[in-house]
Amino acid sequence: MSAFLARRLLIGLVTVIVASIVVFAVLEIVPGDPALLMLGMNATPEALATLRSQMGLDQPIPVRYLSWIGGMLMGDFGRSWTYSSPVIDLIVERGIVSLPLAVISLILSTAIAIPVGIFAASRRGRAADAISMGATQVGVAIPNFWFALLLVYVFAVWLRLLPAGGFPGWGAGIWPAFKALIMPAIALALPQAAILARVTRSAMLEVLGEDYIRTARAKGIPRRKVLWRHALRNAMIPVLTILGLQFAFLLAGTIIIENVFYLPGLGRLVFQAITQRDLIVVEGVVMLLVASVVIVNLVVDILYAVVDPRLRVKA
Amino acid sequence: MSLLEIENLRLDIGSLPILKGVSLSLEQGEVMGLVGESGSGKSMTALAVMQLLPIAMRASGRITFDGIDILGAPEAAMNRLRGNEIGMVFQEPMTALNPVKTIGEQVAEGIRWHTRASRAEAEERARKMLDRVGLPESKFPLTRYPHELSGGQRQRVVIAIACALAPKLLIADEPTTALDVVLQKQILELLRDLVDERKMGLLLISHDLAVVADMSDRVTIMRHGEVMEAGETARTLTQQAHPYTRQLALASMHVPDRGRKDAAIGGAATTGAGLVPPPLTPPHKGEGNVGETASTHSSTKSPLRDEEPASAAEDAHARLEEKGDISSTNSSEHTASSATGTIREGVSSKSPSPLWGGVRGGGNNTSSSEGVSGQAVSAGQGVSTASRPLLSVRNVVRDYPNRRTSLFRVPDVFRAVDDVSFQIAGGQSVALVGRSGCGKSTLARMILALDRPTSGSINVDGHEVSALPEAQLKPARRSMQVVFQDPYGSFNPRHKVERLVAEPLHLLDEAPSPAERRELVADALDKVGLKPSDMGKYPHEFSGGQRQRISIARAIITRPKLIVADEPVSALDVSIRAQVLDLFADLNARLGVAYLFITHDLTVARAITDEVMVMQEGRIVETGRTDEVLDHPQSDAAKALVEAAPDLQRALERRLARLG
Amino acid sequence: MSIGEPVFPRTQSVVLQALSNRSFVVGCVITAIIALMALVSFYWTPYDITNLVVADKMKPPSWQHWFGTDHFGRDILTMIMIGSRNSIAVALVAVGIGMCLGVPLGCWAAARGGWIDEAVMRFNDIVFAFPALLSAVMITAIFGPGAINAIIAIGIFNVPVFARVARAGAMSIWPREYVLAARASGKGKAQITIEHILPNIAAILLVQGTIQFALGILAESGLSYVGLGAQPPMPSWGRMLFDSQTRMMVAPYQALFPGLAIVITVLGLNLLGDGLRDLLDPRLRRER
Repeated sequence: MSAFLARRLLIGLVTVIVASIVVFAVLEIVPGDPALLMLGMNATPEALATLRSQMGLDQPIPVRYLSWIGGMLMGDFGRSWTYSSPVIDLIVERGIVSLPLAVISLILSTAIAIPVGIFAASRRGRAADAISMGATQVGVAIPNFWFALLLVYVFAVWLRLLPAGGFPGWGAGIWPAFKALIMPAIALALPQAAILARVTRSAMLEVLGEDYIRTARAKGIPRRKVLWRHALRNAMIPVLTILGLQFAFLLAGTIIIENVFYLPGLGRLVFQAITQRDLIVVEGVVMLLVASVVIVNLVVDILYAVVDPRLRVKA
Repeated sequence: MSLLEIENLRLDIGSLPILKGVSLSLEQGEVMGLVGESGSGKSMTALAVMQLLPIAMRASGRITFDGIDILGAPEAAMNRLRGNEIGMVFQEPMTALNPVKTIGEQVAEGIRWHTRASRAEAEERARKMLDRVGLPESKFPLTRYPHELSGGQRQRVVIAIACALAPKLLIADEPTTALDVVLQKQILELLRDLVDERKMGLLLISHDLAVVADMSDRVTIMRHGEVMEAGETARTLTQQAHPYTRQLALASMHVPDRGRKDAAIGGAATTGAGLVPPPLTPPHKGEGNVGETASTHSSTKSPLRDEEPASAAEDAHARLEEKGDISSTNSSEHTASSATGTIREGVSSKSPSPLWGGVRGGGNNTSSSEGVSGQAVSAGQGVSTASRPLLSVRNVVRDYPNRRTSLFRVPDVFRAVDDVSFQIAGGQSVALVGRSGCGKSTLARMILALDRPTSGSINVDGHEVSALPEAQLKPARRSMQVVFQDPYGSFNPRHKVERLVAEPLHLLDEAPSPAERRELVADALDKVGLKPSDMGKYPHEFSGGQRQRISIARAIITRPKLIVADEPVSALDVSIRAQVLDLFADLNARLGVAYLFITHDLTVARAITDEVMVMQEGRIVETGRTDEVLDHPQSDAAKALVEAAPDLQRALERRLARLG
Repeated sequence: MSIGEPVFPRTQSVVLQALSNRSFVVGCVITAIIALMALVSFYWTPYDITNLVVADKMKPPSWQHWFGTDHFGRDILTMIMIGSRNSIAVALVAVGIGMCLGVPLGCWAAARGGWIDEAVMRFNDIVFAFPALLSAVMITAIFGPGAINAIIAIGIFNVPVFARVARAGAMSIWPREYVLAARASGKGKAQITIEHILPNIAAILLVQGTIQFALGILAESGLSYVGLGAQPPMPSWGRMLFDSQTRMMVAPYQALFPGLAIVITVLGLNLLGDGLRDLLDPRLRRER
C-alpha cells in the first residue's frame, strides 16, 4: 500500500475518534436527565436511581465514553429509551431506506453531471455550452426540498403517477419500494448534479489548456480523442474531490428529503429522537453518518491513487 | 519546391496584429534557425504551421508544406500531417507530458494512430525510439511515468514522440530554454543527430543567437512580428547587414565595462575579437574607465547619470544618520566594519575605500591572487590583516528530508548543500555557477537567512545569521539584499513602486518620515536609471528589464554591502540583459557593493564577476579567478559547464571553418 | 511567447470590464433588488404581518394579494419580504463567522507550516465530517430550535471552507519572490501576511464569500423547513414551504413563491460570484 493511502487511513481514523469525542461531549452536556424524561416527573427517587445505574449514567464520564465506543465497535449502540429496542436494530431498519436512497441519488447525479460537464466543455462558448451551463446555474440555486415539492405536485398531485410519500417497505416488493424512492432520489440528485456538472466543465477546460494536450494534438490525435484519452482522466481529480464533499451534503439532504416524503429513514429517526430526547439514538446515528463521510473520503483517496500515478509511491 | 514555404503570413487577435507578413522557406534536411526576442512572434509562426494556434487568432497568407496548403487544409488532413509528417518539440518539458500516462503509452500513441499498428508493434517501435533518444530499457522501461523522470529525460521523451514516425519536418520551439547548459548541449546534439540521420528539416526556434549559430544552416531574424533579416547563418551573423541583427549580436556578446576592475584583473576576457565589430555605442565613455585605480574609486562616474544627484538623497541619509539609524560614514568604518546596525553610506566621495583592494587577498578559499595586478595585491595585503570578510560561510550543510516512503520509517535525507565554505570580501563580485539542482539557490537562501543550515555557520558582516533568531537579524539584513530572477514575480502586484522599493527601509531602527522615504526611493530609482516620478506607478506598467531595475533599486536602498542575485538576468531578452548587466557592473563600481551572483550562465559570470565558484551536487568543486576558471577549467563539473556554454563567437568560427 | 508576456493589452477600464461581464451585472442587479426588498420591509410592507384576517385566508394571487394569502390570511408577499431579512441575516452572519475564524486560521497554517499546518488541516477534516445539518441537529438537541442555531451551525461549517481557501491562496503566495524580498527586509510572518498575503487573496475570499452566502441561504431554508431554523411566528422562507406542503392540493401557489424567492436570491448571488471571479482572477480572464 502506498504511503499516501496509509496516511489517509490514519487521518480518517483520527477524525472518527475526535468526532466521537465531540459527539459524546456535546450530548453529555445536554440539559435534562434522560432517566427523568423516561419515567416522567412523578417518578420515585429510587426508581430513578435504579434506572440510572441500569443505563450506566452513574459511571464516571471517561468510563461511559469508553464503554459507548467499545460497544459501538462491537455493534452495540445501546438501547433506545423510547423505542425500547436496541439502537442497532433501529439503524438497520431505517438504514435500508436511507442507504439505497443515497446510493441511487449519487449514481444518478454522477451519471447526469459528468457527461453534461464534458459535453459543455467540448462545446465551449457555443450555444450548447451556454444552455447547459444556464440550466446548471439555476439547478445549483434550487433547494432540493422545494424541488421535491414541485415533483410531488407534478407527479403525485397532478399526474398521479407516483406516490406522494411514505414507504411500503422492501417486503412489499422491489418495484413499489423503488417507486417510492424515485422522486426523493431525483430531488436529491439534480441540485448536486448541477454543481458537479459545473465542476466537471471547469476542470475539463483547465486541463484542456495544459501543455500536454498540445503535445497530444501535435501527434495528430484528433481533438475529440484527445479529450477522452488525455483530458478526462486528469480532469477527474478535482471532480473526485467534489464528489467526496458532496456525499456529506447528500447525507444531510437525505435527512431533509425523508421529511418531505415521510420516508422512514435515518433522518426521520434522528428528528423523532431529538424531540423525544432519545439521545443515545441521536449519538448512534450521528456517529454512523460521520463515519460514513470519513469512509467515503477514504474511497475518494483510493480513487485519487488509481487516477494519479504520482500518488502511487510504493512503500 | 521547398519543404516548407511560408508566404506573407499574417496573424491577428481581434484588431491586434501578431504577425505582419512573415515569409520564410525551409528545404528538406535543412536546419533553419528562427531567432527573436520575446513578442517577436516566432512561436506563433511555428504554431501556425501546426495549425495549433489559440482559437481567437486569425491567420491569413499562405503556408505550404510538401505541396499541401496548410491554412486551407481541413482538420482531418492536418491530423494526418501532425506527428506523421511534422513533429513538434516544446519549450517546457515538465508540463509537456501527460502525468497520468506512461511514457510508453505516450510515445506509442502517435505510432498507433498513424500506422494503425497493433499495440505490441507500436510499443516495440516506441521502445526503439526511446533507446535512440538515450533512454535505454534497463533504466527507462515503457511503464515509467513522467514524474519519475528529470526535465532533460522528459524532453528526450518529447523528442521521441516528435520523431517517432520520422517526420519530414521537425519544429523545435525553444527546446532547451528550460534546461541547464549541459543538458542543453546534449539535447541539441541529439536533435542534430536525429535530423542528420533521418534527413528531416528542422525549424529551430530560439532566443539564443549562439545556439542558433551552432545549429542552423540558415537563420531568420524576427522582431515585432516581422522578418528583419534572413540568410546563411555565418554570413548573416558576421556581416550583420541589418541594424537589428547587429544589435542582437552585440547584446549577446556584451561584456559590461567594469571600469577599473578590468584594469586590476588585466583586460576584459571576451570582447568580440576579429569577427564582430566592437560595440558602436559603448555604455561607458572615458570616465571611470580602465586607467583608474583603487584609490580613486570614488571618482568613478555613473554611465547612466554623469552627475551624482547628491543633494536630496544625501540629505535624507544625513538626517537618518543624525537619528542614529545610519552611523556616520568615515574611513574607519570600512576598515573595521565594526559599525553594526548601520546603513553604509556607500562609497561616498568623502571616503576612499581601502577595503576594496582588500577584496582579492581576503577570501582564503578563493584561489590565487597571483594573477591580480600589483596594486590590488598590495592593497589587499595592506588591509587583510585588519579587516574580516564581509561574508564568511563555514562548513555549511543543508539536508532536506526525502519524501516519506513509509509511515513508520524515518525518512532519509537529501543533502542539498554539502560542507561548503567560502568568503567574500567587501566590494568583491563573485559568481556561484552550477547546473540546475546543484544546490546554489539553497545556499543563497541560507546566506539571506531565509533558510537555516543543518550545520555550519554563515557570518554576514559580523553577524552570525545561521544562529540568530529572526528578531536579531535586522542588522545583518541591512547589510545584504537580494535580487531575484523573475521580474514578474518579484513584486506585489497591488503595491506601487514607492512602497515596493521602500520595503527594506523597514530594517531601519527608526522609520524614516514619508518625505525622507520618498527621497530615498527617488535616489534609489535614479541610481538604477529610472525616473523618480516612476514611484507612483504599479509594477505591471513596466517592462521586464525595467522591473529588474526596480528590483535592484529595492536592493540598494538600504545601501547594503552585499547583494545576492539569483539568476537576475536569465529571464530577460539579450538586449535588456546587456543593459541590466551594465547596471550591476556600474553599481559595483560606484557603491562598492559586493555581489554573489548565482547563475548557470557562464557569460553572465564572465561579464561581471572577479571570482567564480563552481558547484556540483552540493559541493564547491572549483574556485578561482573568473577568467582563469572559465578559460582553463580543472574540475569535471567546470569543464562540462564551459564546454557546454553556447558561445556565439566560437560557433561562428566553427561554422566558418567548416565552410572553408 | 516568453515568460509572462501579456497577450492582451490592458486597455479597458475596470468599470467597462465589469459592465461587459453579463453574469456580474445580472448578479448585481438581482442581489441589489433582494437587499432592497429586505431593507424596505423594515419600513413598509403591503400588509401588516401580525394582522390575521381569517376571512382572507387561502386566497389565490389577486390584485389585493399579489402572491395570495396563507392559512391565517397573511399576505404571502409580506411574509416573503420579512422572511428575506431572516435568510440574509443568517447567511451573512454565518459567512462572517466563517471568514473571521477561517481566514486567520488558514493564513496562520500557511505561515507557520509544519505541525501547526497539519493540525489546522486535520481540524478542518473533522469539521467537514459534520455537514451543517448534522451540527444543527446536535445544537438543537442541546439548546432547542431557533434562528441562532442555524447561524452557529452554518457558521461552523463555513470555518473550514474559508480556512482551506485562505490557506491554499496563502500557500501559493508565500513562495513568490516578493514575499522572499519582504522577508529579506526583515518583515515578520504576521506583517507579511497582512501586507502581502491578504491583499492578494482578498479576491478569492470575496468570491468564496458570495458562494458561501448563497449556500448559507440554501442551508438556512433547509433548516427552517425541518423546523431547526427560525421559529414561528417569525416568517422564514423554509418554514413557509413546510406550511405549504400539507395544503399542496388546494393552494400550490403557497409553495411556489417562497421557493422562487430562494432560487432567485441564490441565483443572483452565484452569478455575482461567477462574475467577480472572472473579473478578479487574471488567470481566468485570459481566454485559452
